Amino acid sequence: MISPKAVKVFHVVAALLLCALVAAPAGAEDFSDLLQELDTRNFRTKMDVAEQIADSGHPRAAAVLSALKDGNLYVHQSDGRIVIQQDRQGPVVDATSGKPIAEAGSLEKIRVNILMRRQMGPAIARLRLASPDPEERLAAAKAMYGELAPDDVAMIRARLEKEDNDRVRDALRVAASLALLDSGEEAQQLEAVEVLGESLQNEARNALRQAAGEEDNPAAVQEAAATALETVESRVAFYDRLEQVFFGLSLGSVLLLAAIGLAITFGVMGVINMAHGEFLMLGAYTTFVVQQLMPNHIGLSLFVALPAAFLVAGAFGVALERGVIRFLYGRPLETLLATFGVSLFLQQLVRTVFSPLNRSVTTPEWMSGSIVINPVLSLTMNRLVIIAFALLVFIGLLLIMNRTTLGLKVRAVAQNRSMARAVGVRGEWVDAMTFGLGAGIAGLGGVALSQITNVGPNLGQAYIVDSFLVVVFGGVGNLFGTLTAALSLGVLNKFLEPTTGAVLAKVLVLVFIILFIQKRPQGLFPQRGRAASEG
Amino acid sequence: MTTETVNSVAASERPVMRGGLSGILYGDTGGKIFLGVLLAVGILVPALNLLTEPGSALHVPTYTVTLLGKYLCFALLAMSVDLVWGFCGILSLGHGAFFALGGYAMGMYLMRQIGTRGVYGDPVLPDFMVFLNWESLPWYWYGFDIFWFAMLMVLLAPGMLGFVFGWLAFRSRVTGVYLSIISQAMTYALMLAFFRNEMGFGGNNGLTDFKDILGYDLQADGTRLALFMASVIALGVAYVLCRFIVGSKLGRVVTAVRDAEPRVRSIGYRVDRYKVWVWTVSAMLAGVAGALYVPQVGIINPSEFSPLNSIEVVVWVAVGGRGTLFGAAGGGVLVNYAQTVFTGVWPEGWTFALGALFVVVTVFLPRGIVGLIRRRKDKKEAGS
Repeated sequence: MISPKAVKVFHVVAALLLCALVAAPAGAEDFSDLLQELDTRNFRTKMDVAEQIADSGHPRAAAVLSALKDGNLYVHQSDGRIVIQQDRQGPVVDATSGKPIAEAGSLEKIRVNILMRRQMGPAIARLRLASPDPEERLAAAKAMYGELAPDDVAMIRARLEKEDNDRVRDALRVAASLALLDSGEEAQQLEAVEVLGESLQNEARNALRQAAGEEDNPAAVQEAAATALETVESRVAFYDRLEQVFFGLSLGSVLLLAAIGLAITFGVMGVINMAHGEFLMLGAYTTFVVQQLMPNHIGLSLFVALPAAFLVAGAFGVALERGVIRFLYGRPLETLLATFGVSLFLQQLVRTVFSPLNRSVTTPEWMSGSIVINPVLSLTMNRLVIIAFALLVFIGLLLIMNRTTLGLKVRAVAQNRSMARAVGVRGEWVDAMTFGLGAGIAGLGGVALSQITNVGPNLGQAYIVDSFLVVVFGGVGNLFGTLTAALSLGVLNKFLEPTTGAVLAKVLVLVFIILFIQKRPQGLFPQRGRAASEG
Repeated sequence: MTTETVNSVAASERPVMRGGLSGILYGDTGGKIFLGVLLAVGILVPALNLLTEPGSALHVPTYTVTLLGKYLCFALLAMSVDLVWGFCGILSLGHGAFFALGGYAMGMYLMRQIGTRGVYGDPVLPDFMVFLNWESLPWYWYGFDIFWFAMLMVLLAPGMLGFVFGWLAFRSRVTGVYLSIISQAMTYALMLAFFRNEMGFGGNNGLTDFKDILGYDLQADGTRLALFMASVIALGVAYVLCRFIVGSKLGRVVTAVRDAEPRVRSIGYRVDRYKVWVWTVSAMLAGVAGALYVPQVGIINPSEFSPLNSIEVVVWVAVGGRGTLFGAAGGGVLVNYAQTVFTGVWPEGWTFALGALFVVVTVFLPRGIVGLIRRRKDKKEAGS
């Protein structure tokens, strides 16, 4: 028996040997000499040379042939070297080494005719398909869509044997099938339809659509193509919907981050804090300041910004509670007005200190990019991080409220203030801490928002109406209600957007909530029992 | 439910014993002073504008007349908010929407009056519609070339919105802070909607470049004076109307709703109907204010719907003195005058000042300036 490990080793050795065999005949000297032969007026010779270059397997072969095909290959007039110049003003590089050439001199273009150009396409593609970089191979495979003849399919099949990257394999199969479907025998066409029906690539769907409507195709092929198209389109529709759900969840988690602090200050304490949006803004500006302080560690700065934003916003929150709100308990409408004044004040403060213009916050590298699931569905990294972060914050808050002494006291004071005080809870201290907690969590939300929107003095204002509606919609005093409300409103918004446009979708969602609150003033999950009737 | 008791206004406590204007204003010293000041302003300002030479110290330039006219529109808006907030306990954060709707109705009339004098010279379509490549006038623009129809819409458009919103909200007993928040959401939603070009109200830019009203040039001094006079009269009439409503049996029920809604309901009054009624009247008054405002400033755009504008109105009322009507109007003029002065001297300072005003008034001056004066007077009387 041969163990799987031994097989693996054998494969590696074989691959290395193969590479060595292919690469060996083309030393730098030979390759350079080979290129020199391109300096001729005879197209026949040029074509032979081009084929030899393609067969040489030299690392520069693909680059040289592409340049030749695109008319970017020149003969340097001073020493007769073959050089590449990608655009007229661009740098001149040596074709063999790829290194820039300092000395100036007039260049003479190596001309190619239409026949050569056509023949070189597949050759270049084949070379690029052998590249060690999977992205390069993928690009090469995609470049062959619609360019291949049925005769090239054997080459693709051979390549498929060696290919181990799933995306490249898919692209290669599609490339081969496109060629077969276009001009193969009926059996081949049917086989191609089957392959294309499994791929989610755009080109595959287009080809199927064309094949289904093409009069010259045999009836069986047309029918098969139509069926395959139907299946594949329903799959695409499914993934589209999945993507909408993802976008909706990401919008919902932004809403959640904006509203969750309010769920504490408004939901639990019953304080209408119109300056809540400004706590978000303070969190975002804290992120900006932290990044300014450590410009060389952008990736790390977010982790410093999180506690910093919590403390800054929390401190402002405690100050607001001690300075203004405590005089206004039991007068919700007055609280609303006073805190609105504070929000104006904070906005102007930020405008005066940081300028009224938007500040740019850099997104760290680990948050950019995206995860490609398949050709129609890819999840952007920053959205994923925001969703995860929102859930983390939510769980953290839930733990604080249900598992810590502070949470116990907060709930006690919210349910029955005088009774709580009678058993020794310092009501005033708990008020300040609760408000600080809500404000601090808004600050955390601000850090997240700074990664996806502009950081400016009006950042908070954009979220204040939304956050109140989320809290009211979910049911005041109910953290799970806030979570459900935020996520479902986010998804609803994104599902409306394709048909109505972004602005109208938002308007419709607002109208929906207004009507909903009229119908059920207590929100989705109303509080029950005595606490509700006393509120 | 915490019941709020606002120091009752002398006049509203007393039943109306006499008919006519003197009956409505019986015992309302503040209101009499207010109407007297309004009358004096209404006579003096045009007189000083027309009869004195531009160089003289007493001359009131037309610019100032228009500015004062603008303040009076704000005063009317503040009064409409006070009618619901001061007497019915409904804190509206969306009255800017009614104001803007009235303004848009007037703006649509003024747009249609431009005729062929627009940039594109289309006799029917306003410039922005030509620009958007619209073929014909949308149905909701029909009739706005007729003055009386437009004026009817100035009342009806805000009135209808107020009625529908109020009917939905009050019937399902949405009260207090919830109502404030959904009224804010209403104006926010309208703002977003009016920003869209497809709505057919000029999108971002709104309606502007007005030429004339009823055939008179809007830029002419005479027209501006006439608009100012119209604002004075509107404010005066609105005051008497509000006083009448507040003093009537209906108004007294409304005041009772403010102080103890559950009790009024259990006595057997249909609380929601009273609320909807007052709310709708208030919305119409706000619409009139908007309609007078637009020709004087020459533009109406969706930013009038912004929640910030609506909430600012509330602070005017709070500064002047909630539940007094004339105090609210005075607060509207005062705060806006302060804004004009401030932005001239120190533009950044105004937002600071406004923010501080919100806090100071709610924490230290819950009855506003009128309340402060009354307390002084009471103290003096008690002392003597």
